[in-house]
Amino acid sequence: MLNEHMQTVFDYPDALTPGVTHYCPGCTHGIIHRLIAETIDELGIREKTIGVAPVGCSVFIYNYLDTDFAEAAHGRAPAMATGIKRTLPDRIVFTYQGDGDLAAIGTAEIIHAAARGENLTVIFANNAIYGMTGGQMAPTTLPGMRTTSSPSGRDVEVQGWPLKMSELLAQMPGASYIARRSVHDPGNINKTKKAIKTAFQVQLHQAGFAMVEVLSSCPTNWNVSPKDALTFIKEQMLPYYPLGDYKIGDAIKTLV
Amino acid sequence: MLHEIVISGFGGQGALFAGQLLAYGALEEGWHVTWIPSYGPEMRGGTANCTVIISDEEIGSPLTRHPTAAIVMNLPSYERFEPLIAPGGVLVVNASLIAQKSQRADIRIIYAPANDIAAELGAAQMANVVLVGAMLAATGALQFETLDQVLDKHISARHRDKLELNKRALRRGGALAV
Amino acid sequence: MTKELWKGNEALAEAALRAGLEAYFGYPITPQTELLEYLAKKMLATGRAFVQAESEVAAINMVYGAASTGARVMSSSSSPGMSLMQEGLSYIAGSQVPVVLVDIMRGGPGLGNIAPSQSDYFQLTKGGGHGDYRPIVLAPASVQEAADLMYGAFDLADKYRYIVIIAADGNIGQMMEPIEMPPQRRLEKKDRGWELTGAAGRPHRLISSIYLQSEALHQFNMHLQAKHRQIEQNEVRYEEYLLDDAEYAVVAFGSAARAAHSAVRWARAKNIRAGLFRPISLYPFPHAQLTALAQRVRALLVVEMNTGQMLEDVRLAVAERVPIQFYGVTGGLVPFADDVLPEIEKLTRLDNGAS
Repeated sequence: MLNEHMQTVFDYPDALTPGVTHYCPGCTHGIIHRLIAETIDELGIREKTIGVAPVGCSVFIYNYLDTDFAEAAHGRAPAMATGIKRTLPDRIVFTYQGDGDLAAIGTAEIIHAAARGENLTVIFANNAIYGMTGGQMAPTTLPGMRTTSSPSGRDVEVQGWPLKMSELLAQMPGASYIARRSVHDPGNINKTKKAIKTAFQVQLHQAGFAMVEVLSSCPTNWNVSPKDALTFIKEQMLPYYPLGDYKIGDAIKTLV
Repeated sequence: MLHEIVISGFGGQGALFAGQLLAYGALEEGWHVTWIPSYGPEMRGGTANCTVIISDEEIGSPLTRHPTAAIVMNLPSYERFEPLIAPGGVLVVNASLIAQKSQRADIRIIYAPANDIAAELGAAQMANVVLVGAMLAATGALQFETLDQVLDKHISARHRDKLELNKRALRRGGALAV
Repeated sequence: MTKELWKGNEALAEAALRAGLEAYFGYPITPQTELLEYLAKKMLATGRAFVQAESEVAAINMVYGAASTGARVMSSSSSPGMSLMQEGLSYIAGSQVPVVLVDIMRGGPGLGNIAPSQSDYFQLTKGGGHGDYRPIVLAPASVQEAADLMYGAFDLADKYRYIVIIAADGNIGQMMEPIEMPPQRRLEKKDRGWELTGAAGRPHRLISSIYLQSEALHQFNMHLQAKHRQIEQNEVRYEEYLLDDAEYAVVAFGSAARAAHSAVRWARAKNIRAGLFRPISLYPFPHAQLTALAQRVRALLVVEMNTGQMLEDVRLAVAERVPIQFYGVTGGLVPFADDVLPEIEKLTRLDNGAS
């Protein structure tokens, strides 16, 4: 019981269901889920939010967030979310997608959702690898990075270059807010939280397409410890995927 | 009662619209009717054509291999449909654009200088209506008065001033087949 | 009610609007594009959801999303586009959301051509995508029937929380016939307990096709099968023409049935006791009715605009009871009554030869 001199500074978000996630130790999906849940609580939108889950490790996000959810086909979350948002324009619709989902099989869907300026919020977890299928090369796998399908390291001459989705989508006139953040340390987690909240506020203001790319870890498939995974994000991923705001449309300048 | 009518010409000669006039007319008179434009296998030889079937009983196939009547508005259409007309049928030839004379003795052939008549009336684009008039007079498929009503209802606002001219064109065509 | 002349594609679109269509997502492809264009004009003007998607893949997933909210939603396409939609259809079947589609079939395989065809029969009626599901497939043979089937399709999709596909071809789509357009429906929105609307004052809901445990997925498949049995019980539709005293029956659907209809009439004029059996529901297929028909006729002729796809279902129904002949054209060729009549005449010779 709190007395009158104490205040709650940290609590379990209402929008986060109680229980344990299925994620591996050291995986940062759980952190990103929590940030979304906190945002939903703070904006008071739990009862009008509909999420669209991806195919990939975060396929079960609907078990962890206490909102309505649809489970999309691989890569099609932005299309499915478009269908939901267009029929229920006053609801808050977001997708949660990994790098294989958003930047490989679903590239067309994400680009066109942004091009149409759909009033959607997209949370893009980029950990540079296919997690659920067991560590294959992703569209965002770094040059030289070893995966089960690039066993000698990604050779860009043979396997091409990783996609920089924030930079790419920022070119779209329909994109209102595009930011890249990371969750490798507490300071960056706080910044990620703020960006996710902004991305939902953009939708509340019907200001168009918003995406936060979050650099995320996969210690299991990177074959490193959870602690070293965070170091990998910082030392290997940040140079290739610089953090920052890639697009802040005129309509939302006051929100950021 | 069964009329299986093909109307064929270059795109822009109004073959499809002429067919729709017939379809609306048949609807007006309470017949069963189908209108189907050239589509797929029919789209050959640079022509646009449509088939209109008018019947007193339920219509099976909306397409026919041997029409009971055909209006041919250009040479490719003439060459294609002249041999196909069912014996006892009617062929209306746009003599303004087609010099050929059919050798067939088992069908009725009307050579209608439709473009010339239309131009004389003051609206060259009414050649299709002249040809429809000739075909109707030869087949008796629909009443001229019905077509008047159809024109009243379906002529576009842009061509409204040509309404009476269209009715005259219809009868000028009809006079050719009397 | 007075009759009006309607073009098939536009009649389908208007009937969907009158049935309460709330959302449309599609991609242009010949020969269904007029349907999309008609709805673009009408739906954008009335503030209803209309999106021209970047592909049929995206379109069907937009449909999936809109259907998840309980909206009356549809898409339309033609054969190559239907192939692209199969992924989404499998998910939709697995999620049990009601969806209506129109397939204006064209010639395949591959790019094929834009001419009329019936060669999507296998893909449409046997499932098409992965998994054990079978959409309800309805094949109109006239513009009136196209409008009527479309008008009822949403109720049917709602009733079974399933996919209903109107399977027509370019001839039905392009043809004009006088029809009675059904009246505008006014729909009352009520919560059916599954749609996603935001978890306000209720536990959150999930629309999903995932069943990770084998036993759970098996149970779900058994549920789908039970639904199939119900559909087979309740939704078989067909038309019989001059079959009462028929010795020879032609079996055909859609456009092919129109030619067969004429040919049967011509055969009657030649004193051949022929009739037409026209399946309207391709799934559920009128299996029992054909089995019964095979007990009373001497031979069957199947006519299709493909190389014999429905023929397989006819064979399953008829087994070896009577001889079955097949006449098919492909590539956009359309059977004419002149082509079908000699095939009916062959049946009589076949019969004489056998006896």
